[in-house]
Amino acid sequence: MLGLTKQDSKLMLIVIGLVILAPFILNPFPEGSAMAQFNAGYPDLMQRFVIFGIFAIGFNLLFGLTGYLSFGHAAFLGVGSYAAIWSLKLITLNVLPGIVFAIIVAGAFSFVVGYVSLRRSGIYFSILTLAFAQMSYALAYSVLTPITGGETGLQIKNTDSPLLGGPTDGSIGRANLFGAEMGNSFELNIGNWLFTFNLGYYIAAAFMLAAFYLSIRIFRSPFGIMLRAVKSNQQRMNYTGLTPKRYTLSAFVISGMFAGLAGGLMVAMDTQVGPERMFWTASGEVVIMTILGGAGTLFGPVLGAGFIKYMENIVSKINKDILHEWFAFMPDGLEDFMVALVYPFIGKGWHLTLGIMFMLVVIFLPGGLVEGGQRIAAKFRRTKNADTPDGASKPAE
Amino acid sequence: MSKSNFTRRGVLKTGAVAGAGMALPQYLRAQESGFTNAPGASEVTLGFNVPQTGPYADEGADELRAYELAVEHINGGGDGGMLSTFSSKALDGTGILGREVKYVTGDTQTKSDAARASARSMIEKDGAIMITGGSSSGVAVAVQALCQEAGVIFMAGLTHSNDTTGKDRKANGFRHFFNSYMTGAALAPVLAARYGSDRKAYHLTADYNWGYTTEEAIRASTEAVGWETVNSVKTPLTQTDFSSYIAPVLNSGADVLVLNHYGGNMVNSLTSAVQFGLREAQANGKDFEIVVPLFSRLMARGAGENIKGILGSTNWHWSLQDEGSQAFVRSFGTKYGFPPSTAAHTTYVQTLLYADAVTRAGSFAPCAVAEALEDFEFDGLGNGKTLYRGDDHQCFKDVLVVKGKDNPESEFDLLEVVEVTPVDQVMYSPDHPQMGGAEATLGECNNGA
Repeated sequence: MLGLTKQDSKLMLIVIGLVILAPFILNPFPEGSAMAQFNAGYPDLMQRFVIFGIFAIGFNLLFGLTGYLSFGHAAFLGVGSYAAIWSLKLITLNVLPGIVFAIIVAGAFSFVVGYVSLRRSGIYFSILTLAFAQMSYALAYSVLTPITGGETGLQIKNTDSPLLGGPTDGSIGRANLFGAEMGNSFELNIGNWLFTFNLGYYIAAAFMLAAFYLSIRIFRSPFGIMLRAVKSNQQRMNYTGLTPKRYTLSAFVISGMFAGLAGGLMVAMDTQVGPERMFWTASGEVVIMTILGGAGTLFGPVLGAGFIKYMENIVSKINKDILHEWFAFMPDGLEDFMVALVYPFIGKGWHLTLGIMFMLVVIFLPGGLVEGGQRIAAKFRRTKNADTPDGASKPAE
Repeated sequence: MSKSNFTRRGVLKTGAVAGAGMALPQYLRAQESGFTNAPGASEVTLGFNVPQTGPYADEGADELRAYELAVEHINGGGDGGMLSTFSSKALDGTGILGREVKYVTGDTQTKSDAARASARSMIEKDGAIMITGGSSSGVAVAVQALCQEAGVIFMAGLTHSNDTTGKDRKANGFRHFFNSYMTGAALAPVLAARYGSDRKAYHLTADYNWGYTTEEAIRASTEAVGWETVNSVKTPLTQTDFSSYIAPVLNSGADVLVLNHYGGNMVNSLTSAVQFGLREAQANGKDFEIVVPLFSRLMARGAGENIKGILGSTNWHWSLQDEGSQAFVRSFGTKYGFPPSTAAHTTYVQTLLYADAVTRAGSFAPCAVAEALEDFEFDGLGNGKTLYRGDDHQCFKDVLVVKGKDNPESEFDLLEVVEVTPVDQVMYSPDHPQMGGAEATLGECNNGA
């Protein structure tokens, strides 16, 4: 299908299914139940899942294939965001031109950064990209305040008048796609369950699927093989007369454009930009997403992105009162003890929980969450094989 | 392969169906109540969005304590705190309009992205009718704009930059805390009275939005009393060693150093200024002085000894002797064992003000609540007579000029009130140039869905 092998087509179809049915999958608990706390099927988080999925897929194209660890990818995301918001403010409230601008500007910026940084490899490359990203952050935070809005960032205002039509009644313009606003949702009530189908989410999801498809094609292409060659032995590539830099620079720019796309989509879904988006911790986050999910795998980065955003948005919102509700069935002393035991790991302690999970994954599942999934799948397959009476399928040990 | 025929009729048909499909959700969004997240018959949910991690985590933790206390009091628990001293008697301890108040919390991480994500989840998932919190102006401005879009009320927490109710003011956003302009207007007369009116000031300013507005405000008001600004230098926000910025000050001809820094920045810059001996120094035949425009107790604790005798301003202080402040300090102290900070005070008051406005309006609809808050005059909440001005949704009240206490008795007793600047002195017109000029407007209030 569409130039994919059978196995890749299967993966692609599974991802399409997951993405389309996300509102159901992420809302497994009925409204009002104690477990509803863990529902993630609301528009903002679903949008974040796919947007950071795109960001991580792009990062993985560089890190997973060439092994070049960029520590400044958030800068491209931020630059893309600023490009998109200016497009919304000045040109049109339609999000498509904004997203296109975001990709172009981020691509151009990553070309400049890549051209300089890729003269070095290994830790020097990481430090150079980190320096560029921190520089962009500092510029956006203070020096470039007229363009970036400084600390308070940029938003669409009621005084903005885009060239191609904006609201005339003094209200604040909303990002839209040919008139349909990103915030539009269709809500479906089934029993106690409430499922939200959000237009913005599906638009972002469509971009994510396109990005995922592109990533599969790159992984399987001769270009992808070249990138892997850079990772395994760059010297040998040099000896055979190939110029690795041409390939690494292309990978860097492609990956920067993915980040720009993610930045543009973030603005489309939530029309504001602040400089923290480019802070070095944001660059670190995408590295963690990729490694947590499984660097160099196709679906791993998306999984890692979803995992981290889930922790950030769901676990951080559990507070002491909710804990008391959970353990209310216990005798008083025990209840307080349980609350005291769990409390450090939720709410403001979500970083701690995330850190522990990250350590566990890196130590026990070096291949990331994807490896965990594969191991479980393998286990099931083995037990199934063992159960079959047909002796021929038994491994000949 | 499939063969497709584009006919005029086919394209029109598809277009019409697609158009109808896209228009449909817009219609479905509207709720029967006419506004976003209308609460049910028994409960109403408020969203407390504060920094629980990051540089302002201490302030955030204190804000959260105050919110919990406010909810307790509104629901009729505890000793009622400021409900008994509040001039409006609409709240009777049975929740808001007979509904029990529930709340959800979130972590802003002092980042506008994270703050908006957290606020959106409160609105979209938890059905919060009002969002409050924030402890930096960037976050406050970002979340305020979000609430305007979503159609819920935003009650700002700790945010001091002029922009929040200046050029970035919004119809759905309200601020009780004071701002840079008021700091300047309150401090300048006190500075002139204590240090004379022929001083030469040197500004060190944190290189971001709040720093700019504060420097602008202090400059304008000190120059109005006769001071001269010798120089102003911007320092990076992430700077921790200020010695290279402090060293040139002594030879610049200035005799006052103004540190437009907040939090850890201020602790570091003040410490290095003291280490360089600026406090003992003489310049132009006068004693050298240091001024820190915005003080908080948490900063004072960080700076320790160095803060003694240094002048600044604050929104509220727990040592105030009026009834409201005492009631608040008493119930906060009983519950948590120490006095509240100024961040805790402003968030507690904001929650009460919101609950009161809903009760007076008789409706949770944001536009009705906004109308009830606009030009609302009240008393008994710790700052004396206060006005919520309708033109920019900023509270106007007396401003405290404080100084670092010479002989603190405890780790909380670090500041003493030098003077209470009356509200008339810190009043400004809504279209003041520092507040975004004539262009700044609130826009239309938004009921959402």
